[in-house]
Amino acid sequence: MAEDNKNGKNGNGARVGLLERVKAGVKEDVQSLKTDMPAKAKEQIEHLKDPTKTQVYTSIFRHKHDDTPRNRALGVLSNVFLHLHPAKINRDAVRYSYTWGMGGITFYLFIVLTFTGVLLMFYYHPSKVQAFRDVLYLEHDVPFGKLLRNMHRWAAHLMVIAVWLHMFRVFLTGSYKKPREFNWNVGVILLVLTLLLSFTGYLLPDDQLGFWAVTVGTNMARATPLLGHEGPFGHQLGMTPYNDIRFGLLGGSIVDANALLRSYIWHCIGIPIVASIFMIVHFWRVRKDGGISGPAPVMLASEVKEPKK
Amino acid sequence: MDWRQLWEIASAPDNIPIVGLIPLLIFYIYLAWKQAKANDELIAELETSPAMAKTHHRKSWPFRPGWQKEVHVWPFLLRMEFLAAIIVSAILMVWSITLSAPLEEPSNPNLTMNPAKAPWYFLGLQEMLVYFDPWIAGVVMPTLIIVGLMVIPYIDTNPLGSGYYTWKQRKFSIGTFLFGFLFLWVAMIIIGTFIRGPGWQWFWPGQTWDHNRLIYEVNRDLPDIFGITSNLAKAIFGAVVVGGYYLAGGFIAHALFRRYNPKDYQRLSLLQYSIMMFFLLTMVALPAKMLLRLLWHIKYVWITPWFNV
Repeated sequence: MAEDNKNGKNGNGARVGLLERVKAGVKEDVQSLKTDMPAKAKEQIEHLKDPTKTQVYTSIFRHKHDDTPRNRALGVLSNVFLHLHPAKINRDAVRYSYTWGMGGITFYLFIVLTFTGVLLMFYYHPSKVQAFRDVLYLEHDVPFGKLLRNMHRWAAHLMVIAVWLHMFRVFLTGSYKKPREFNWNVGVILLVLTLLLSFTGYLLPDDQLGFWAVTVGTNMARATPLLGHEGPFGHQLGMTPYNDIRFGLLGGSIVDANALLRSYIWHCIGIPIVASIFMIVHFWRVRKDGGISGPAPVMLASEVKEPKK
Repeated sequence: MDWRQLWEIASAPDNIPIVGLIPLLIFYIYLAWKQAKANDELIAELETSPAMAKTHHRKSWPFRPGWQKEVHVWPFLLRMEFLAAIIVSAILMVWSITLSAPLEEPSNPNLTMNPAKAPWYFLGLQEMLVYFDPWIAGVVMPTLIIVGLMVIPYIDTNPLGSGYYTWKQRKFSIGTFLFGFLFLWVAMIIIGTFIRGPGWQWFWPGQTWDHNRLIYEVNRDLPDIFGITSNLAKAIFGAVVVGGYYLAGGFIAHALFRRYNPKDYQRLSLLQYSIMMFFLLTMVALPAKMLLRLLWHIKYVWITPWFNV
């Protein structure tokens, strides 16, 4: 075709018009569509047979997935969520009977609670006028609202149980011993934060159950030594119902609108952020302190090396 | 026997977690005990035969030469985690579909709930309010529990039993923890949930909650029994009794600990030893004060113008 064009140009000189050239060009384009596109399509289909070679895929996954030890290790190490784990662990550490899986279950429940909690926040106003009605609305009108609230409530209770069992297991296996003393402390703080998270959530439905539980709970703060108006030496330090620690917790002298707002903010923002930071430290230290504590080979009393004093 | 009353308490949605906790605890204590027993038997065997101690892999689980000591996290650990997440999700789903979170009447400061109970995980603290003033039960005790848990790794100097279940190598620490966790924490919660009825009065399981029941109980203070009337004398007397408890109790604990735990006694520094003794005696003081109240109706031991113990 290019040949024809050339001949035409040579033969008739400048007489070959613009129209002719456009015609030839279009013809050329049409021809290329007919021949090149099927070839490209064929090539594309060939590529689709192995999607792991596409640029999109290789940009996401940084290594191959053939079943080799190297890839198994890379699968864990090159994944931001999985890299909390080492590539390999003690063969007995995966036994359920040793760890009971309670630490992991606690963390999973925290994720479930964050997820359902965020969804609940879409329907809830932390104000005396609306809070209780919002819960009724959730229970009766929001699609799956009741399931959502139930899941949040029961996951919270389950998390408290899982935290206790986790602590119980860590104690029984002596896993707080050197070099893990500090991480045990982080864990104790996380235990307290878990209970506080659950407790601050108790008031939010603004029903009799939550109201009186929180009233009973915060009444104890009146009796705080030095800082409560009914506590030892509180009176001498000028504590009254309007300036003591309970007033600070509730934002008032009774459990009312301010207390609802405060417990909402602690529950949804304050404590979750603090707990997340402690969790990061907790998980990090599990790895840095040598990974999971066992099951370790048993040690005999005769083998203890007494440190020199 | 009022079965209906019993059922009403046990089936209250917010009490389900504590009803569930009891079998869970039994199961996990059994699981831990089984492994502790196997490890203790292995330890006894290795202690008697040094040749075996040199070659044995030192776990109660089987291990053969040629087996790898470590396994890949992918898939051996991850599949366990994935399974745990699925099982927990399934339990949570079924629980949330079958049982609804409680919602009482809208909060009403003019209508007191009777009994007004804290969430179940705080019922241990609420139960302590019977025996102690709020500043102790609500503020000092929780603080001591948290601090007491945090110092555990620093006062337990026994290097044995790190990373495996055992009983014989750590009788004292495990015994103390079981006493604190099961008898002082879980048992108090069970009492708070199942036994305490209207007016926070004692109702045996199956006894009908009588809202009009009156109990004529005259509680006395310890100084009154000894006929002490002046405030100054009461304060001095109380200080002597409380101080005497710590001194005499400390001496008895010292005599026992030195005899039965000579190695730990050797290892502990003065600071570690005093901290351990303080927490041990304070922990035992709780059931001691409960007995004083339940057997002799004694309310306060130490009376001062500022605080009472």
